[in-house]
Amino acid sequence: MDEQQDILSRATEQEYAYGFTTDVDTEFIPKGLNEEVVRLISSKKDEPEWMTELRLRAFRHWQTLTIPHWAHLDIPEIDYQNIIYYAAPKAKKKLESMDEVDPELVATFNKLGIPLEEQMALSGVAVDAVMDSVSVKTTFRETLAEKGIIFCSFSEALADYPELVRKYMGSVVPYTDNFFAALNAAVFSDGSFCYIPPGVRCPMELSTYFRINAAGTGQFERTLIVADEGAYVSYLEGCTAPRRDENQLHAAVVEIVVHKDAEVKYSTVQNWYPGDKEGRGGVYNFVTKRGICKGKNAKLSWTQVETGSAVTWKYPSCILLGDNSAGEFYSVALTNNRQQADTGTKMIHLGKNTRSRIVSKGISAGRSQNSYRGLVKVGRKAEGVRNFSQCDSLLIGDKCGAHTFPHVDVNHPGATVEHEATTSKINEEQLFYCNQRGICTEDAVGLIVNGYAREVLNKLPMEFAVEAQKLLAISLEGSVG
Amino acid sequence: MLLEVKKLHATVGDKEILKGIDLQVNAGEVHAIMGPNGSGKSTLASVLAGNERFEVTQGEVLFEDRNLLEMSIEDRARAGIFLGFQYPVEIPGVSMANFLKLAVNEQRKYHGQDPLTAGEFLKLMKEKAAIVELRDQLANRAVNEGFSGGEKKRNEIFQMAMLDPKLAILDETDSGLDIDALRIVATGVTRLSRPDNAMVVITHYQRLLDYIVPDYVHVLYDGRIIHTAGKELALELEERGYDWLIKDFQE
Repeated sequence: MDEQQDILSRATEQEYAYGFTTDVDTEFIPKGLNEEVVRLISSKKDEPEWMTELRLRAFRHWQTLTIPHWAHLDIPEIDYQNIIYYAAPKAKKKLESMDEVDPELVATFNKLGIPLEEQMALSGVAVDAVMDSVSVKTTFRETLAEKGIIFCSFSEALADYPELVRKYMGSVVPYTDNFFAALNAAVFSDGSFCYIPPGVRCPMELSTYFRINAAGTGQFERTLIVADEGAYVSYLEGCTAPRRDENQLHAAVVEIVVHKDAEVKYSTVQNWYPGDKEGRGGVYNFVTKRGICKGKNAKLSWTQVETGSAVTWKYPSCILLGDNSAGEFYSVALTNNRQQADTGTKMIHLGKNTRSRIVSKGISAGRSQNSYRGLVKVGRKAEGVRNFSQCDSLLIGDKCGAHTFPHVDVNHPGATVEHEATTSKINEEQLFYCNQRGICTEDAVGLIVNGYAREVLNKLPMEFAVEAQKLLAISLEGSVG
Repeated sequence: MLLEVKKLHATVGDKEILKGIDLQVNAGEVHAIMGPNGSGKSTLASVLAGNERFEVTQGEVLFEDRNLLEMSIEDRARAGIFLGFQYPVEIPGVSMANFLKLAVNEQRKYHGQDPLTAGEFLKLMKEKAAIVELRDQLANRAVNEGFSGGEKKRNEIFQMAMLDPKLAILDETDSGLDIDALRIVATGVTRLSRPDNAMVVITHYQRLLDYIVPDYVHVLYDGRIIHTAGKELALELEERGYDWLIKDFQE
């Protein structure tokens, strides 16, 4: 028995496999946050006046707020004056081709296994690679432009399509939404912008890779995706960060607008540095992700595989405003060692006959704490609403925790809201069975965990599903065998 | 000699279950182990497979002249020991194809062979599934998930066919089977029997031994083998029960 426990604990004490940093010449602005810093960020990015004003309003509002404490998380005090709010790799000149990209950057991407050129050649994925705060390279932009699709960095969008940005930015997640949304609106550095015109089906998966690289810089990404009437896009976001000993703050905002008859699929694989076995270091990940199904028959689907970060605070949500619109949330959240995750979704049913589906798979190992927090809300005028929620927890070892906080708020008598929940453990019989077939414990844990998460992994685009499967296994692997 | 068990003692917690087992199995032989409930039959199977719930306190086990008790569970399996489980566990979401591909290729790696390609593997699966009359869609079903009792047992024999062990230990593979399933399972096992492999069949009933004809029948009682004879012993046990042997033993 003890030996079994020992194998399990070794199997769950894997160190972070992607911990390395790149030596890139980085331009900083001084530590700390005040109106001057906000203006400085805005001016470094040559932003229009209205954007500067918006940032300042957000900053002033943020100053009136305090960090929320309702999540099942134990977060040390964050000193917001001890953070560098802007760092950009120094561009020698404007980049025209891959050859001009800093070889160090290219090498980093290669180490991560995501070389741009291979991505382009092999998988047909257009990549907008964000390294620290400035977009280094945008690919396939021309191909997309032929269809009228805009896919570029947020800064570029602000320069080239200011009216579109102004129309939609903050329309789903206003800066008044919460503490981190306000902070993000004030100091966001860059991010991605995507617009799919009416009736256009985006011919390729769009993906963005984010990395946090410069020591001590918080990263404040902002993503805005708009699918116009009848449009379709599948958007991928994947992250790996180099290891660091000090905590890194990350407060991203993702806004999605889905018009009538349009569909957006948003998939995430998140593998930021989770900290070491004792919980030192690691990324603090406070993300506000929300989409609105504005028109009839709109559809928004979130899929996430969360394995990284020391602290995760994240609730990708759907506002189902248009009649017959549909929201989905598929999630695998894996925590190991001292990681803490409080994640889930909000499904806000406002339109008639709106549907939502929630499948959440939590995996806790080591001494981690893993919570599902969800809200299903049905408005007074929302007839014929259907919701189904499935929240499962898998425990590995006996020192971790799994928690479920489902909230239901139904204001229309005709709604059908279903909730199912299970908690299970990887048991010794399963491990013995695998061992007896010649499969070592480490592989067996990977196999069982992937099986458990299968319903969610199946929702990921192919190339991401493979990566995610490996990630789940790697995140639990140890030195066994 | 394929397997040699010498004076094997094993405990679970403070309780001694095996109290000195001696057993010798040669290639080409089929051994049946019978005995009343609680006599230690399943424990013997588990200990040979390496289940860590049990502690071996005395004795020795040689498998092809190697010290089996020093080998890990997975190395015993890779070296050619297969345990057909009495209660096969479910592994939700893990397809039979993924599970067995890993198992087969781990075994090949152990023996210095290249892994099978996806094509070779699927061909092998199809071929072996036919032995136990399992349908093709098996590959995509999760390991034992939602399988009926009969399907689970057939699935055990299917896995045995895939892994082609030198020594198969079948722990009450016949329990809970209706007559048709019993025939399929038993015929499958018989078809897998060869001069270069051996089987240890643990069972309560003579009926399985109508199909799988043993060379030796052992009676296990209170952690010891109290009697060994040829296949005719099974019939005698069916008629007379175990009491006469137990009585003899106690005297």
